[in-house]
Order: sequence, then C-alpha cells, then structure tokens
Amino acid sequence: MRVDLAALVSAWPFLMTGLWFTLQITVVGVAGGIIFGSLLAVARLSRNRLLSGFATAYVNLMRSIPLILVIFWVFFLVPWAIGWFTNHGRPVAVGASLTIFVTFVLFEAAYYAEIVRAGFRSISAGQYSACEALGLSKFHSYIYILFPQAIRNVLPILLTQTIILFQDTSLVYVISATDLLGAATKIAQRDGRLVEMYLTVGAIYFIICYAASQLVKQLQGRLSYGAR
Amino acid sequence: MIEIRNVSKFYGAFQVLKNCNSSIARGEVVVICGPSGSGKSTFIKTMNGLETIDSGEIVVGNFRLAPGVTNLATLRRTVGMVFQNFELFPHLTVLSNVTIAQTKVLRRGKAEAEEKARSLLARVGLSAHLTKHPAQLSGGQQQRVAIARALALDPEVMLFDEPTSALDPEMVNEVLDVMTSLAKQGMTMVCVTHEMGFARGVANRVFFMDSGEIVETANAAAFFDHPKSERAKAFLAKILKH
Repeated sequence: MRVDLAALVSAWPFLMTGLWFTLQITVVGVAGGIIFGSLLAVARLSRNRLLSGFATAYVNLMRSIPLILVIFWVFFLVPWAIGWFTNHGRPVAVGASLTIFVTFVLFEAAYYAEIVRAGFRSISAGQYSACEALGLSKFHSYIYILFPQAIRNVLPILLTQTIILFQDTSLVYVISATDLLGAATKIAQRDGRLVEMYLTVGAIYFIICYAASQLVKQLQGRLSYGAR
Repeated sequence: MIEIRNVSKFYGAFQVLKNCNSSIARGEVVVICGPSGSGKSTFIKTMNGLETIDSGEIVVGNFRLAPGVTNLATLRRTVGMVFQNFELFPHLTVLSNVTIAQTKVLRRGKAEAEEKARSLLARVGLSAHLTKHPAQLSGGQQQRVAIARALALDPEVMLFDEPTSALDPEMVNEVLDVMTSLAKQGMTMVCVTHEMGFARGVANRVFFMDSGEIVETANAAAFFDHPKSERAKAFLAKILKH
C-alpha cells in the first residue's frame, strides 16, 4: 500500500480545525475543572457536614463512572431535563460543543478536586493557624495563602492530569464532534485514507503530550521555594 | 489586660487545662514554663482563640472569649502571635509576609502597609532582605520576620509560643534581643519558653505549669531563687543542673 502525502496536505486544514476544537475542550476542561474542582476540594475539607457530604458524594460518583457515559448522559438526558424544567414538553436542543464543555468541566472537576485536596493537606497545620492568628478571613486565607501553596505543591500532578484530559478529549467522537480524532476519522472514511490519517493524528498527540510531560519534568526541578 | 477565669479544656476524656486562673496587666511580661506536656502551649493558644475552651472565660482588653464565641476578629486584631516554627508564608517575599494582613485585615493602602513593614523590618534588622523568600533566610531571621509580621497589625498583646525552640543555638540570641527590646518598649507579652536567662532577665512574672494546672505564679527572681512548690523545685533542678 502506498502512503499518499497529497491526501494529507489537502486534509491538513480540516485536521487543524479538529485540533483547535481539541485544544478548546482542553482549555475549558482545565480552567473550569480546576475552578470547580477547587471549590469541591474546599467543600470536602469544610466542617459543614452537608457541604462536605455533597462534595464527597459528587467526587466519588464522577470518579466511579466512565467519561464516555457522562458524555452520553449530558448529550441525551440534559435536553430532556431542560425541556422538563422549562415546561417545554419537548427536549431542548443543546449544541454538541456546549455539551462537551459542560461534560468535561463536570467530570474533570472530580479529579482536580482530589488533587487540589491533596495539595491543601500537604500544607502544615501551622499555616492555617498563622492565617487565623493574623485575623485573615477564610476567604482571604484560601485565596492568598493556602491555594497558591496547594497548587504549587501539586503542580506536577495537575499537569499530568491535564495531559490525560487532553487525550480523553478524543472520546467526544461518540457524539460525532469534530475534534482532532473526529476530523481524522471523517476524512479517513471519506477518502479511504485510514493509515495516513491515524498515523498523523497519532504523531500530533504524541508530540504535544511528550512536550508537555517534558515541561512537567522541568517544573519539578524548579518548584522549591529557592532554598539557599 | 488579660483575665483568665476558671478555664478548662478537654481532649476527649483527658483534661489538658484544669481550672486555670490568672491575670496579666498591661505592659507586663509573663513567661510560662513547665515540663513538656504540661499544657503551656495549649494555654497560650487559648488566649487568641486558636484553641477553644470548654469552660470558663478569657477577657482580653474589651473582648470576652467564652465557650461557643466564634467571631474572633476583634481578638485577633488585639493579639499578635509568634510560632515555634515561624509559619511564614513560603510563597511570599519577606515584605509581602509583613504587608498581607495589613492590607487584607486592616485594609491599609499598599504604600502605607509597605512603609510600616519596612520600618518594622528595619527594627528587627532585616532591611537587606525585603525581596527574599523565607526559605532564603536563616531560622533566626525568619523568626524576626514573623515578629515583624505580628507587630504590623499594632497588637496590644504579643504571644510567643516557644519562639526559639526550633532555632540553632547561635541564632537564639538575635530573636531574644528583639523580644527584649519589645518588652522594654512596654509591650504586654506572654511567652512560653525554656530560655531561663530571658525569663529571669526580662520577665516580670513566671507562671509554672504542670499537668494542665498553673501550679505557681511568682515574680521572676523569686521563682528561680525560692520556688515554693515541690513540682517547681523538681523542674528547676532538672533544667538548671548543667
């Protein structure tokens, strides 16, 4: 079988559109996931039983079901739920992109929550006491003192999780979204160019993930607080 | 300045503080000493609400602390605290460590907070280290930053919980010097410490604690020269032997 580079050249712009969507999902998933995940982490550590109970249940649920199922749930059930809540009677269409963004934030938040929680637990009890003794409010303590330290302590794990998230975005092909893998699949099937397409996207995933993991390694060396 | 009345505290069934009573006047320097596990550290931490109490009350200035009182903002503004392990914020510079509570708690402007921080850091001899991070400083320097950080909120009382216990011996004096000058300027101070030289030279009174009780309170010279209780005698014999 002959590898046809011309097919690759003509498919390239479409693949890049797919890659662009993959990166969008990653950025939204990471940003939303870390924000929502951090709130969940704080809730889990809270003394309020209701709050910590909810956060614990949410995290355990999300971590116990496959991502692909959550994508299906949000894609097929949320339109019904919205229709029902708004008394439309019929399902209300929710775009595939929005579905995907929401799904990734909801799902990844559970994983980021556990990482951030580990970060908070790695901070000594004395730091919490110091915040209290200075009269800093809970909110200020978390924003200015505890969260920056927590994130810093778990930054390598956060980035590793982000690499996993980046790869997991390929699952959105199940609802026919055009991410990098989705774009490749569409062209591969249209033109019968499976080898070229799947080798190419494989190389793109590899280059991005490998570069990112090298970055993580570099960071690990630099993360000390400048000990003398 | 501080009134402590019938304060008791339990960890489960174990009673860490047993009906403690004492009174500390404005400008007084009190050293709390006693064997380890005697409740000194817990006792000093009740004075700014870091440890809750199960019965009794503590009055600091105009603030009354009792079991169940939760809004401690006024208390924290009145009382500054220095910890055994410094507990500086490692991700912030020395200057930011001293300004952060000023801007967030007292809502001082940035310029005002920095001016205050610079003058306090000069007072503890650290003007050359403003932009460094805590990990770049020695233990003694870190503890002096921690003292400046607490003073930045203009407290009326300063609590020191074993401020020199985590330090290498050659750094103990630089911290004690700062504490001594603070005492001379009339700050009300309560110190848990094993530095008996400081206690004798600077403290007005010594509280001796054992098994959660304040066994003996005496002026510093009297305590060291003529301890009344057997437990204090035994304690002093152990620590002053060498």
